[in-house]
This record gives sequence, C-alpha cells and structure tokens, in this order.
Amino acid sequence: MSFTLFIVQILNGLQFGVLLFLIAAGLTLVFGVMDFINLAHGVQYMLGAYLAVMFYTLTGSFVLALILALVAALAFGLLLEFTVFRQLYERDHLEQVIATFGIIIFLNQGVKVVWGAAPLSLPIPEALSGVVALMPGLVYPVWRLVIIASGLVVALLLYILVSRTRVGMLVRAGATHARIVSALGVDIRRLFMIVFGFGTMLAAFAGIMIAPILSVEPGMGDSVLILAFVVIVIGGIGSMRGAFIAALLVGLVDTLGRSFMIDILRLVMPPSPARTVGPAIASMLIYVLMALVLYFRPAGLFPARGKS
Amino acid sequence: MSTLTASKPLRAGPRIDLAVIAMFGVLALVPFAAAFGAETYLLGLVTRVMVFAIAALAVDFLCGFGGLVTFGHAAFVGIGAYTVAIAGAHGVTDMAITLPLALIVSGLFAYLTGTICLRTKSVYFIMITLAFGQMAYFIAGSLAPYGGDDGITLPARSTLFGLQVFGSDRALYYAVLGSLIASYGLCRAVVYSRFGRVFRGARENPTRMATIGFDVFRYQRVGYVIAGCLGGLSGFLLANATEFVSPAYMSWQRSGELIIMVLFGGLGTLHGAIVGAAAYLLLEEWLAGFTENWKLIFGPLLVIVVLYARGGLVGLAASIKARLTRD
Amino acid sequence: MTDAVLLIENLRKSFGGLVVTDGVTLEIGPGELHAVIGPNGAGKTTLIHQISGTLTPDDGRILLNGTDIMPLPPHERAKLGLARSFQITSVLPRFSALENVALAVQARGGSSYKFFGRAASEAALNDEAMAALAEVSLDHRAGVIAAHLSHGEKRALELAIALALQPKLLLLDEPMAGTGPEESERIVTVLQRLKGRFAMLLVEHDMNAVFALADRISVLTYGRVLASGEPHQVRNDRAVTEAYLGEELE
Repeated sequence: MSFTLFIVQILNGLQFGVLLFLIAAGLTLVFGVMDFINLAHGVQYMLGAYLAVMFYTLTGSFVLALILALVAALAFGLLLEFTVFRQLYERDHLEQVIATFGIIIFLNQGVKVVWGAAPLSLPIPEALSGVVALMPGLVYPVWRLVIIASGLVVALLLYILVSRTRVGMLVRAGATHARIVSALGVDIRRLFMIVFGFGTMLAAFAGIMIAPILSVEPGMGDSVLILAFVVIVIGGIGSMRGAFIAALLVGLVDTLGRSFMIDILRLVMPPSPARTVGPAIASMLIYVLMALVLYFRPAGLFPARGKS
Repeated sequence: MSTLTASKPLRAGPRIDLAVIAMFGVLALVPFAAAFGAETYLLGLVTRVMVFAIAALAVDFLCGFGGLVTFGHAAFVGIGAYTVAIAGAHGVTDMAITLPLALIVSGLFAYLTGTICLRTKSVYFIMITLAFGQMAYFIAGSLAPYGGDDGITLPARSTLFGLQVFGSDRALYYAVLGSLIASYGLCRAVVYSRFGRVFRGARENPTRMATIGFDVFRYQRVGYVIAGCLGGLSGFLLANATEFVSPAYMSWQRSGELIIMVLFGGLGTLHGAIVGAAAYLLLEEWLAGFTENWKLIFGPLLVIVVLYARGGLVGLAASIKARLTRD
Repeated sequence: MTDAVLLIENLRKSFGGLVVTDGVTLEIGPGELHAVIGPNGAGKTTLIHQISGTLTPDDGRILLNGTDIMPLPPHERAKLGLARSFQITSVLPRFSALENVALAVQARGGSSYKFFGRAASEAALNDEAMAALAEVSLDHRAGVIAAHLSHGEKRALELAIALALQPKLLLLDEPMAGTGPEESERIVTVLQRLKGRFAMLLVEHDMNAVFALADRISVLTYGRVLASGEPHQVRNDRAVTEAYLGEELE
C-alpha cells in the first residue's frame, strides 16, 4: 500500500462524498421541511444524466447540455411534484414509500424505452479531460477535482442561502414549524415547491457531473438512493450540516474501505479468507456505521431541533 | 398517527370470515383445475404466491398491527432459504433438521437486529431495518462456497425422515397451502390475544402503554421475532419451490415488494396480505405476458392504488359490498 | 412522615441555563389528596414529568413508598403503583373505552405473554374494567371507540384507566384542562368519591376544584415551593396572594 495510492483514494472518497452530499442535500431538505420520504429522488439523479447525454448529442457543447439538462430536470421534477407528490405530503410514510417506489419502477422502465437499455456515455469537456500532477508521482484526473470543487461551491452557496437569506430562513422555520410558518401568511405550498425544485436540481446536477465518469444506465439511481438515505439518517434528518459531514464520512469510509479492507484484514488473517470476507465487509461498512450512529444517537448526529 | 386506517376502529376479536374460508377453498382446488392445463406452470406460480403470502403476513403483522414499517424483511426469507441451501450443500436435506434450523436462525437474527432497530422510531426504524437487510444481502453474496453473487442450486428438495415428501409439485403445493393456513391462523390468534392487544396498543400510543406498566420494547421485540420466524418459514418453502437460492432473495427491492403486497391487499387485515401477494405476483405475470414494458403500467398503478384505493383491495371490496347492501 | 407514599427531596432540574425545578421538597401521605398550584411557568408539569419518569432530574430523591424510583423507567414505576393522567388526553384512540381500561387491568395482573385466546372476551378483565368505568360514570359508553368520545368523556376515561391500575399514587396533570363547567363538576365529583382510597397529586389551575378537593396544598413558584399546608393556611398566606397577584383565591 503506497502513500500515493492512499492520497488518491482519499480524493476519490471526497469526490464520492461530495456527490452524495449533492443528492442527500435535496433529500434531507424535502424530508425535513415536508416530512416527505421521496424514493424517486434517485431517478431525478438518473434523469439529469440522461438529459445531459441527450442535450450533448443535440448541441455538442457540455456547458449547454448542463444548463438545458438542469432546466429540463427541474421542469420534470416540478411536474412530478404537482401531479403526484403534492397529494402525498399528508400521508403516512409507508404510503409515500410505496408511491415513490412506483415512480422509480415507471421511470427506470421509461428511460429504457426512450434511450434503450445499453449504457450511454458523456465525454468530459476537452479542457478538463486530462490529469494533473498534484505531487511528484501523484497524478489525478482533472474532472474529479472539478467535481470536488463544484460540490464544495454548491455546499457554500447552500449554506449562504439557508442561513443568510429570507427564503433560507423560511426553509429552516418550515423544517420545524410548518404550520406556524403557514399561519404567518407564508404560502407554504410555494415554499415547498421552491425547496423541492432546488433539491431536484441538486440531484440532477450530481447526475450530470458524474455522467462522464460512470456509465449512464437504467437503475443507476437506485444504489445511490440507498446511500443518500444512509447519509441523511447518519447526519440527522433535516440538517444540511449533518448531510454534509455525513456525506463526506460515508464517501471516505466506503471508498477507503473498499480499497484497503483486504489489506487491513491481511493483518489479522491469512490472504485467502481475507480475499473472500474483505469485499463483503467493505460493502457492509457504511451500514455498520449507520447502525452504530443510530445506536448512540437514535436521531442522527445533528438532529434538527424541534422536530417531533 | 397513521393516516392509513385512521378512522377505522380496531376490531376487538376475529369474525369467522366466509370470504377467507372461500379463498382457502379456491386455493385447495387449484391443483385439480391445473390438471386440465399447464399444470407445472400454474402449480409453480400459485405455490410461489402462497410462499410470498406467508412473508407478506409477517410484514402485515409488523406493519399493519404493530406500526413497525420494516424495509428489510426479505432478509428473513433469504436466511430461511440459505439455511436449506447451505445444509443441502453439506448433505443435510432432512427437514426435521433444516426447518427448525431455518426458524431458529431467522428468529435469532430477528432478536439481535430487533434489539437495535426497536430503539429507533419511524423513518429511522425503516432505514435501520433496510441496513440490516443490506448487510444480510452482502454477506450472502460473499459466500463463495455457496454460490456467491450467482446463487446456488439445491441438490434436491427437503425430505422428511428420508421420505421424498416434496417429490411431486402437488405435494409441495399442499404443504405450502397448509403452512399458509397455519401461519394465517397463528397470526390471527396472536393479534387478538393478550400479547396481541399489547402489541397493537403499542402502535396506538406507546407512552400510554408504558404508563400502564408495559415494557413496550420487549413486546415489540417478541413480535419482531415472530415475524422473523415466519419470514424464515417462507424462505424454507421458497428454496424448496424454486430449488435455487441467491442473494437477490434478500435485496431491498424484494423487501419493498413485500410492503407493496401488503398495501395492495389492505394493511392491517391479514387476509389482505394473501390477497395482495396474489394480486401483485399474478398481475406481474399477466402484464409481462402483454408487453415487456409492463413496468410502465405497473409503476403508475402503484401510485394510483396509494392515492385512491386506501385500504387496498380488501378495502375496495368492503366499500363495494357496503354500497351494494345499502341499495 | 415515615409512611409517606411520595417523598420528594431537594429535586433539581435545569434546561441549559434555566432552572425549572429548584430544590423542591414534598411529602404525600397515604390517602392524601395533595394539590400543587402555581402560576404558569412555575414548573408544575416538569415536576410531574420527573415523578412519572419522562424527565430525569439533575439532583435530588424521589421515593415511592420508600423505594427510590429515579433509576426506573416509566413502565417499572407503573408496576410499583404509580398511575398518571395526562394534560393532553392520552388514550388508545381506536380501541373501545372498555378495551382501554381492560388493558390496564391486564397490565396489573397476570402475564401478557399469552399468544392464544381472545383477550377481548376475558370476563375477569372486562368485569373489572366495567367497574372502573362505572366509577367515572362511563359504563354506558363502554363500547364506544375512544376517538369518538367527547373531550370530557376522554378525561373521565383516563381516570378509569388509572383506577383500573389500583395505584398507590395517582398523578393528575390538569384533569380539568379544556373541559366546560358541567364536565369539570363531573370530574370533581368523581375525584371526591375516590378521595382517601389512594394518594393523589393534583396539578390544577381551577381553584374551585382545588379548594374543594385538597387535603393539603403546595404552591410552586419559579420551581420552588413557596408555601405548603392546609387549604385555609395557604389561602391566608401573604406570600402566596402576592405570587398570584390579581388572581382570585376564593
């Protein structure tokens, strides 16, 4: 195990964490403000990727594709909110889970019909497609650094938005006291739509940014969705700060775990069992982490105060 | 408070439900009807329906009566199935050993995970049951000597003291039907028993239950173990029915399907779980026959059921019946 | 009082910088109805929460019939004879009134780890439950689903549930909250009938009820016991009238 490999994996972990944050942020906001479990958040991430591929094929420009895909994803998200989600806010969590599960099934099939089942790809923009030497002997893909940077910028923007603007204050108030905010004359429906729209764009943005690295295929949102839920549960539902810290934690634990679990196990057991058991433990790590966190803090690391 | 059955009062005791008896009667007659057509196919299909119905009963028990929404129950089905497979790989096929073993292992898993899960509430509970389900899934996938990700075929169906009791599909069918009826009967009895009343009360108002003197956590954990064992039973039968076991049996999508079945049929009714399992699997088969894009219909159907058919199929039937008897 | 049912010594509780319970000492003897009154924010409900086990005190002792109940969770305190009614009605909404009370009877005696046999048709449980309901004049409403009872009836149901537990100490957290004059009177009548059977700690704002029922009264202000004694003593206490400036103690 070399030092450069270690650094590379830390960066990969950060990149993964940042990606998870983009998805988890929207999820925790929607859950925190509207008490709405949205399993369909994962397909919004997937849709962002597919739309980016489509617009890139049409325009040839990554930047244009990015903007158009964001707009289209937002429009689609708002459509979903208007037709289906709106009627689920008052319902049981169980019903929300089932209904949004139905949307996942529908959209996973839908993208297959529209774009086919074969994985698609999106090329990295020319200027950012190379590698850069961070240290002597350590090269790292530029695009991954772009992802990390853009994620941190978004996190900063969100922080400013939520803590320094009027809308942000309403969002925070709505997260704990929706009825009071509504009674004060604020159009709570409009607030929900803004929150939801924002969350959708964040998820779509994550999908667009990751599309050049991963393959764009049906069902790509499912595994990410589960991880995002793990993140918001660890972080504490409704808490942006929690989502950020938990996302980075999960990203690092998962990436480092997968890379080095076999090596770690080789310290205590012979290579053959280590090779069998290693991957299994690595896959389970974040769930073990979540179970541990919930054992000591049943409401996550930073539970939003006031939520009953 | 749950909005699902908010205004419906809880029945104090069970009624002998003619509809339920009729349903079991129909199930008992299926093999005879099947003899006239594609017997293996039909028998296999309905056997699978009944096997999942047992798991769905367990989920309804937890969710509909206990208010515990579990998103990891497929793990118990998988544990039951893998017990059979692993025992089979070592030459043990006698169900006198594998069946109790399946029940014990799934019960133990339920006890241990329940101890952690039941400390949490609502969505945290959903997530942590999901987490344990995922853990079981990944562990199963890592069992290289038992197929790993690809799964493993069973050498043979379970025997009883050396006898090939599951030799014919028909025999297995009736064994599964018997297990289903027994499971249904068990759930019914438990739900209206002293224990069941505490379990249901804990869903209504856990604080009130504590101030009356009930240690809610303990009762819920016992309920969780019962549901886990039922899941294990379902897995044992599933392994015998398909003669194949794989980690996919424990995926979170499968756990989700169990919840869908219960909701489809009608939460908190017990027979709704059976109806829901049948409706879900038969609908899946039927729609898949039409078009390979049947999921495009199925997805929105789920949404519509949630939005407009609260109380599931059983609730729908009840309101139709009410409307007919009114006129 | 060596045979005190409830003995609270120097109870302290703070939330952050705010001291809500500031060295409260209180004693309740067997069969005594002890009222705790005080202006809003005095810490009365916090006191009840600490006795029932929903809040953990920072310091002090709580003894129920000589047993230290502070380390015990709420359900174990109930087993030792503590019953309570809630400020915001807390019953099992989708169970009938009878089943609500029968559950309490079930909790008191016999094992609830019975998995067969219809609990709802156990005559012994139901008879005792009906008796408790009759005490609060709800027996004619036994079959009604709790959610469909009127507010006052739900309050009475809470009392029936508490009665079915055959408690040593009953905590009454504003039983008259939100009830109209007629229903309030009903509850007072019921409480008068129950007086002497077991110890009761009554937190109430309704002064008529308090002075009609209480054997002894403690006045709580700013988390501290300002005065404690028999009703006429408390009524004439200067410090108490000042604390309740503007309020009628008649």
